[in-house]
Amino acid sequence: MTELRLPTSEEVVRKLKVGDEVHIFGTMITARDAAHKFLIEERPDFIRPYLENSLIYHCGPVVKKKNGTWSFVAAGPTTSIREEPYEGPVMKEYNVRGVIGKGGMGDKTLEALHDQGGVYLHAIGGLASLLAQSVKEVKEVFMLEEFGVPEAMWVIEVENFPAVVTMDSHRKSIHTEVKSKSTEQAQRLIHPVT
Amino acid sequence: MAITIDEATLESQIYDLIVLASTDLSPDVVRSIEEAQKHEDDGTPAKSVLGMLLRNVDAARENRTPICQDTGTNIYHVHYPAGQSTLQLRKIIERATERATEESILRPNAVDPVSGKNSGNNLGTENPFMHFEEWEEERLKIDLMLKGGGCENVSGQYKLPDSDLDAGRDLNGVYKVVVDAVNSAQGLGCAPGIIGVGIGGDRATSHLTAKKQLFRNLDDSNPEPELAEMETRLYKDLNSLGIGPMGFGGKTTVLGVKIGTAHRVPASYFVSIAYMCWAYRRHSLTIENGEVIYD
Ligand code: SF4
Repeated sequence: MTELRLPTSEEVVRKLKVGDEVHIFGTMITARDAAHKFLIEERPDFIRPYLENSLIYHCGPVVKKKNGTWSFVAAGPTTSIREEPYEGPVMKEYNVRGVIGKGGMGDKTLEALHDQGGVYLHAIGGLASLLAQSVKEVKEVFMLEEFGVPEAMWVIEVENFPAVVTMDSHRKSIHTEVKSKSTEQAQRLIHPVT
Repeated sequence: MAITIDEATLESQIYDLIVLASTDLSPDVVRSIEEAQKHEDDGTPAKSVLGMLLRNVDAARENRTPICQDTGTNIYHVHYPAGQSTLQLRKIIERATERATEESILRPNAVDPVSGKNSGNNLGTENPFMHFEEWEEERLKIDLMLKGGGCENVSGQYKLPDSDLDAGRDLNGVYKVVVDAVNSAQGLGCAPGIIGVGIGGDRATSHLTAKKQLFRNLDDSNPEPELAEMETRLYKDLNSLGIGPMGFGGKTTVLGVKIGTAHRVPASYFVSIAYMCWAYRRHSLTIENGEVIYD
């Protein structure tokens, strides 16, 4: 088990390899479809300090506001591949060290992870209770009015947030490897040599 | 003979059923995840993921919060004694659904496909989905399943014969398309999955047959010997694909395979695959002679 503390650095992230299980500590920010489009088209400066050497979490949380303070109630990952066209450029523009989501991403992102020194971390799909418990504090929220709760950019402080490195900066992706092996086996089952 | 219903009481009983379904997994499902965890190799992501799933289930049960934030499509299969009013039952279920949504037991998930507007209370056309069946028994049995979007997106339907897969119109052809479906899904439906298969019917009843299988107990065995054999064979072979929990690789790709059939017209041979994620939320409520049982 590796501890990943945010903000991190290129050096630390380049040491991470696919299959590593990490626990994340520190401040990161949620972003999904509307936010990625916004980051590329509007290039807002106010967000740069939050993204620098940190992680983007693909998550549309369920939140609660009590006495003026926000908290996360359920916070599982959403499917990442929708951000494939944006992710590489976003990582480069804002010097992001990685993304957390589910299902993995494609070749363009894998290439960006290599060039930039970044990782793709797979959070556990459906782990809503435990992941919400890992979010210790909601520090700030951007674009809440404009994008709505699931799409807003939530700045969160996490502790012991579990994830697995499934794409690394060495052009390795568990998703491609598992798929090519399972497809070979599926072919053997479907077209047996008689 | 119809049973006497006190609307307020039944509404709160159904509300309790929804709470149970959203915040707790059935014992057969928990057991199968525990078993799977034992079989995975030490030190692998597969093993620790399964451990986390079990901890998440405990946390949800303790905090009375949803196991997964996607509380899905709510699917009801209601068996009722002759003479019961299904219209009345429908209204009571709707009221219980609204209440569960208000109390954050269900996420508002009913979106109008044309306007894109979320109804906010989980009510809408075919939402919740209810299937009524009269039976000769004098009990009322309400089965509820919460089925999320991620696993629904990797479900599918095939039409046999399928020449790419070399799948003919027989059980061996069924075997091939199920292997193909699970391989295409990879970890995306939040594997390990539970696979309901419907053979035959028209397009719609084929899917319905597949989904009905998901109400069966994971430990049961198909009464049709040929289908029982196919279920066992598929269970074993699908786990040989090595996709593993979340698609990280490993020995557990599926927790079970359940097959059902419906008569078809001679020209059609459909096979539907209902993929259910590990967050396999289904429970039932039975009312007989004033006695109420949840399982
Ligand atoms: S597929 Fe299942 S476990 Fe995964 S996010 Fe959807 S409902 Fe949750």
